[in-house]
Amino acid sequence: MKLFIEYLKPLLGRLTSGLTIKFLGTIMDLFLPLILAFIIDVVIPTGDINRVLLWGGAMILCSIVAVVLSIKANQMASGVARDAVERIRHDLYEKITYLSASQADQYGTPSLISRLTSDTYNLHRTIGLMQRIGVRAPVLLIGGILMTVTLDPVLTLVMMGVLPFATVTVYYISKKGVPLFDKLQQEVDKLVRTVRENITGARVIKALSKTEYEKARFEGVNQGVVDAETSANKTMAATTPLMNLFLNLGLTLVLLTSAYRVNEGLTQPGVIIAFMTYFTIILNAMLSITRIFVLFSKGLASADRVHTILQTEPELEVQPLDEIKDSAHIRFDHVSFGYEKNNTVEDIDFALNKGETLGIIGATGSGKTTIVKLLLRLYDVDSGSIRIDGRNITSMDLEELHTKFGVTFQRDFLYADTLSENIDFGRQLPEEDILQSTEAAQAEEFIESLDEGVDHRLTANGTNLSGGQKQRVLLSRALAGDPEILVLDDSSSALDYKTDANLRKALNKNYQETTTIMIAQRISSIQQADQIIMLDKGRIIGKGTHEALMKSCEPYRDIYYNQSGGEEIA
Amino acid sequence: MRKGGKKPRPIPKKKEKLKTSRTHVLKRLWSYLFNYKWMLITATILMVTSNALSLIGPYLSGLAIDSIQPGTGNVLFQRVFFFVGLMAVFFVLSSILEYLMQLLMIKLTQRTIRRLRRDVFNKMAELPVGFFDQHQTGDIISRITYDIDTINQSLQNDFIQIVTSAITIVGSLTMMLLISPILTLVFCVTLPISVFLTKFMVTRFRPLFKKRSVKLGELNGYVEEMISGQQTIKAYNQEENMIMRFDEKNEEAVSAYYEADYYGSMIGPSINFINNLSLSLVSVAGALLYLFNALTLGGVSSFVLYSRRFSGPINELANIISELQSAFAAAERVFLLMDEPSEAKDILDAHVYDEAEGHVQMNHVDFGYTPEKMTIHDLNFEAPSGNVIAVVGPTGAGKTTLVNLLMRFYDPSAGSIELDAVDTRQATRESLRTSYAMVLQDTWLFSGTIFDNLAYGKENVTAEEVEEAAKTAQIHDYIMSLPNGYQTVIDQEGLNISQGQKQLLTIARAMILDANLLILDEATSNVDTQTEMKIQEAMQELMNGKTSFVIAHRLSTIRNADTILVVRDGRIVEQGNHDNLLEKEGLYFDLYHSQFESAV
Repeated sequence: MKLFIEYLKPLLGRLTSGLTIKFLGTIMDLFLPLILAFIIDVVIPTGDINRVLLWGGAMILCSIVAVVLSIKANQMASGVARDAVERIRHDLYEKITYLSASQADQYGTPSLISRLTSDTYNLHRTIGLMQRIGVRAPVLLIGGILMTVTLDPVLTLVMMGVLPFATVTVYYISKKGVPLFDKLQQEVDKLVRTVRENITGARVIKALSKTEYEKARFEGVNQGVVDAETSANKTMAATTPLMNLFLNLGLTLVLLTSAYRVNEGLTQPGVIIAFMTYFTIILNAMLSITRIFVLFSKGLASADRVHTILQTEPELEVQPLDEIKDSAHIRFDHVSFGYEKNNTVEDIDFALNKGETLGIIGATGSGKTTIVKLLLRLYDVDSGSIRIDGRNITSMDLEELHTKFGVTFQRDFLYADTLSENIDFGRQLPEEDILQSTEAAQAEEFIESLDEGVDHRLTANGTNLSGGQKQRVLLSRALAGDPEILVLDDSSSALDYKTDANLRKALNKNYQETTTIMIAQRISSIQQADQIIMLDKGRIIGKGTHEALMKSCEPYRDIYYNQSGGEEIA
Repeated sequence: MRKGGKKPRPIPKKKEKLKTSRTHVLKRLWSYLFNYKWMLITATILMVTSNALSLIGPYLSGLAIDSIQPGTGNVLFQRVFFFVGLMAVFFVLSSILEYLMQLLMIKLTQRTIRRLRRDVFNKMAELPVGFFDQHQTGDIISRITYDIDTINQSLQNDFIQIVTSAITIVGSLTMMLLISPILTLVFCVTLPISVFLTKFMVTRFRPLFKKRSVKLGELNGYVEEMISGQQTIKAYNQEENMIMRFDEKNEEAVSAYYEADYYGSMIGPSINFINNLSLSLVSVAGALLYLFNALTLGGVSSFVLYSRRFSGPINELANIISELQSAFAAAERVFLLMDEPSEAKDILDAHVYDEAEGHVQMNHVDFGYTPEKMTIHDLNFEAPSGNVIAVVGPTGAGKTTLVNLLMRFYDPSAGSIELDAVDTRQATRESLRTSYAMVLQDTWLFSGTIFDNLAYGKENVTAEEVEEAAKTAQIHDYIMSLPNGYQTVIDQEGLNISQGQKQLLTIARAMILDANLLILDEATSNVDTQTEMKIQEAMQELMNGKTSFVIAHRLSTIRNADTILVVRDGRIVEQGNHDNLLEKEGLYFDLYHSQFESAV
């Protein structure tokens, strides 16, 4: 509810003028039957053809005004809905973008996606429809009630007697309905997730001939959505018949009361007949309002889901300045960290000078990537501190922090756009920088072999590139900004040895000023690093140069011998 | 049901026209509803009865009012009570019937939608992998969720509306005809205008509704892509830039919605206008008729009353036209997806590999993902059963394409691939694919327990088997360190499993399979060499007796291969074992030695 108020407030002017126009149009529409009655009751008996034509003309005029106003109002309503939803969606996307990684983990990608898509779509629909049908019904209702009051206030009172019951019922039902619609959206989340998994896993599913199994699994999810929607709709379905019942019973009460009143000479049967006509109007208006309620309940569930995210407090606040004098460029000072469920790193401690290279090696799941994520402040450390040029990264503006970096993650993402866009990644780098980076990243050769060169368009996720080509593009992206700190997380795993070697040469030659952190599986990739740390189960078990580790760290030595094929190379 | 399915495929151009033609879409939608024709009929009957019952109400109230004689003490209370009581009974009945009808409609709609969703999904499951390589995930999701939901909304609400309105219109029209055929004629003068105008607007605005669906699909595609890349976006400070790009897509989507709404919302008032116009005409004409003594005043009055009853339902109908149009545009997109060509059916009496020997042969295979650009040229090799074939070569040489062809994710454009001397195109896809165990570089795990993920490839796996495989794949200890062990649920994002661990999980999954052929495409690229060393033995055992295709950069794996295929630009440039190839001093020699270049 708050969401609606918040986002419709700035549009209040347009909203009210739209609704006013709609109101006027509706009034015009309501004039028609009045004129009609007038023609039949007053004009026709006079036999004056000119007057008949005159009033007929007035009716047509009213119709024209009504149609023009209605269209105008509808269009304004669409405009208001458009602008409100555009802002909601923008804010939501922005919010999601700035959620910390652990907050995003909490909601899960599929749920975030469906909130941005399906829920905002529901809101669009609701806001638009509410404005369009939300005026006529109240106008008719109030108008109808006013007319009955002028006829006989007592009877009106009797009829109105049922309204509290009706209102309470509708309120109660829609209150029950909102959580059900919320449940429905959760089921939709599951549906989205299943479909998504089936798209991303198409190869594996086909390879294992699990198509039938997946169909059955989807059937379950599908049933879940159907059940949730059925129970939500069933609950809401009671509103209209109940509303109908209440009002009609009210009518019978009116009849009974009027029987007594007529008997006592307090009112005339003619009044009752007129009363009935207006009653029909009131009934229809109430039914429309009920429909609006049902519609609104669904919109409300979506609004709540969107609002929850918008209300999330930003987690990674910038802390007050915390700076010490430090000659090291990057320093991890006894850093420990654990994710919510698993995988921790403990007591990570190292310092790296400007222009130096740090190699990280270690078993699968030993926390290599976690170190990088902490350095980028995708997560906050639990204890210890991370400093760049002596400054605690928690006291840096995230933008300031991230500007220093060029990064490639494992399985990094590429999107449907040109190669140069994917490399530039919105930084508006000069073209020669991009070309230069492709050269260093060993991507030049394959890019040149493409007809359009750097203007070659990638498909979503870069599915039209081979694994090695993707890595080269990602490397180009990391190098293109000429970053202060370069982070390469296992980014040469899909490169063959030769290319890997060339890459290292290029890095040594062209990026001497850049402090580099390189995670690798092959010792040959990091052998020349100024410092290498070896991780095991989240702890550093060896630190030093290649030579030092060869002497001091047995696991390191084992890996080296294994990789070089048993023979030592001088 | 799916009518297009069984018929021979028309030539593309005609198909394009068929798929989007309005009647075609309507027919297909109708065929879904038709499955539940009895429910539909019952619902309609309930609708009519409940409407009729609620119409009896006013009649009874008329009788009751008649019993309320004017003047003190003249009211016939007996009769009033009787009629009022009767009214109450009818109203209760009508409400119950209405409620039942609503429940029935919900059931009907939900069943129809479930079926529709299932059909789309089943279709999706049968699409060739190439389709997913070329389409945005978000857009496909958008069709199964948003587009189908639009149809859902329309079925749920609009159908009742249409029937109720139709009943009222027919009823009123009958009454009007009875009172004065001439006036009815006058009233209907505007009918052709209505029909023409509606038709004109609907056709005219149709592309707008289509665009609205398409743009929303694009937005969803973008969101899906970008939300998945959050970390990178953060690391590159591209939040604002991505928000700007999002804003563009968002603007396009809301504008498309607006455009459709802007014009679509003209239809309702316009029709209402025409109706009002005819009302005015009727009033004037009625007055004239009365003046020329062709009709009584009461006649005019009740005729006008009935014609007024028209405006309500017509207004309602006009309002839902734009709803119908969006549903229609959505249905079109859903059916287009359903009409995508599936993986070609297996040929009749296709060969079924029961226990494949594993003798693989490629004969003069040419292949390109697009006809203009060939990726594989005249590829020939033979892999005797039980051999290990290593594929090496520079990136983009076509190594992964080879996997795609072996698994028949794609079929070659020329030449043939044989397994056990049977052209793989002559065999069922399922039996071919289950003959292989496959571990890809791109790991895939689904939301479910770790156990389910491991046991995914084989039915009726025991817990011991799974645990055994996990131990051999060196991932057992990790699994046991999780709060719920094998029952820990992987929900994609929540659990921070490293890439390497994911690869180990997929290796364990492959170890459980009983396949006689094996494909390892960079299966351990993110696994550290230490762990790799440990699973090496298990991998050897896994390969034992199996024809294995290995794509790897680690020479330790490659060196022991029976045959090494050196691929470049889609051609095999060298072929032989490690020692032979080194002697040749060709491309393999270069690749091999580059490993140590930096160390020297």
